Amino acid sequence: MKYMDEYRDGKIARSIAAAIAAAADPARLYHFMEFCGGHTHAISRYGLEDLLPGNVRMVHGPGCPVCVLPIGRIDMAIRLAQRPEVTLCTYGDLMRVPGSHGASLLRAKAAGADIRMVYSTLDAIAIAQAEPERQVVFFAIGFETTTPPTALAVKLACARRLTNFTVFCNHVLTPPAIRGILEHPDLDGVEGPKLDGFIGPAHVSAVIGSDAFAEFARDFEKPVVVAGFEPLDVMQAILMLIRQVNDGRHAVENQYIRAVSPQGNRIAQAEVAEVFELRESFEWRGFGAVPASGLRLREAYAGFDAERRFAMPEISAADNPACECGAILRGIKRPTDCKLFGTLCTPETPMGSCMVSSEGACAAHWTYGRFRDHARRAVA
Amino acid sequence: MIELLPDQMARVSLDGVIKVVSVALVAPITVGDYVIVHVGFALTRIDPEEAQRTLALLAEMGQIATEAAP
Repeated sequence: MKYMDEYRDGKIARSIAAAIAAAADPARLYHFMEFCGGHTHAISRYGLEDLLPGNVRMVHGPGCPVCVLPIGRIDMAIRLAQRPEVTLCTYGDLMRVPGSHGASLLRAKAAGADIRMVYSTLDAIAIAQAEPERQVVFFAIGFETTTPPTALAVKLACARRLTNFTVFCNHVLTPPAIRGILEHPDLDGVEGPKLDGFIGPAHVSAVIGSDAFAEFARDFEKPVVVAGFEPLDVMQAILMLIRQVNDGRHAVENQYIRAVSPQGNRIAQAEVAEVFELRESFEWRGFGAVPASGLRLREAYAGFDAERRFAMPEISAADNPACECGAILRGIKRPTDCKLFGTLCTPETPMGSCMVSSEGACAAHWTYGRFRDHARRAVA
Repeated sequence: MIELLPDQMARVSLDGVIKVVSVALVAPITVGDYVIVHVGFALTRIDPEEAQRTLALLAEMGQIATEAAP
């Protein structure tokens, strides 16, 4: 497909790899975090780590919406879906995310709850219009890319005076999570990675703009390079990061100029600002409560807020103690450091959220990365 | 994008697979534009000139690296 195939050329990838090898100082280590799950997936799928010299390491970040949703919010959604009048609409990858005690939306659906997978928020609106006797709730999750579609759905429901459509809002923001990693790199006394820079998200940046990362370059002196999701995009971004580190620079640079502007998508930002406001704090898996990191519906749209309409009690639940998703999401551990990886926990029977979504670090490693482990161990 | 529809919707072709998506977030838009589609919404337009510049830069990077290699 145009604008994709050109950025997957293996020959050019190998020559950029040669440029990276030439630029990387063998006397030092480079640790770069790819924040976004889309990049985690691309790095695993195209085997980009194999093209990098041993002293250039990629650390997987928390930018996988399904992965960072805490168990308590899944439990809340399951409880809501069990109400007889409720039809819960959800993006497909949430269906298998484990809640407490082995519960999931998929199991709740099998047990009779009315849970439906939708591709778009507009599908949920269509269901609400077609079935006025049902209370249709959209289980809204995701970063800045899925928030504008939820905002438009709420406004549409308002304009069409739908009284049977609400949103269970779990939208979160990228910059506070990056700040959280930089301010508190360690977890429970385990030392976090010393990060030398970030690959900034692709589609999130198309919405919020590359300028949104200026604070990390300025306040934390970390280079950020916004990159596209294709393998050549990621390779070029790594080279740009290495050059910044070598030069002692820490700026926001934009590799993904074909889709990302410094200011982002103003229309999308305005729609989000009209419908949503910041929560004081929101819980993330692996992070705990992160201040000003989540969104809720504004007072003007309170009628479309499922948490208010159904007086949903807040549920806080502990992760499976053997699951390392929390540490993996913060880049402190790798998927293979988890005892459950590939044994009890696989994409077919995920124990932790990182194994569910294709953007999760564990699922990406299971699908693509584990076959390289043996060769890498042999070299080491 | 291959056809504009009412209510800020549009028909897009994803390598031949036709989908109807919302273009409310990228107005104005014209037939022939390339967009990034996420959960049924076009999030942004691809800028053809910048895309070409990136490709040229990538090719150039590759060339320099090949020349520098022993």
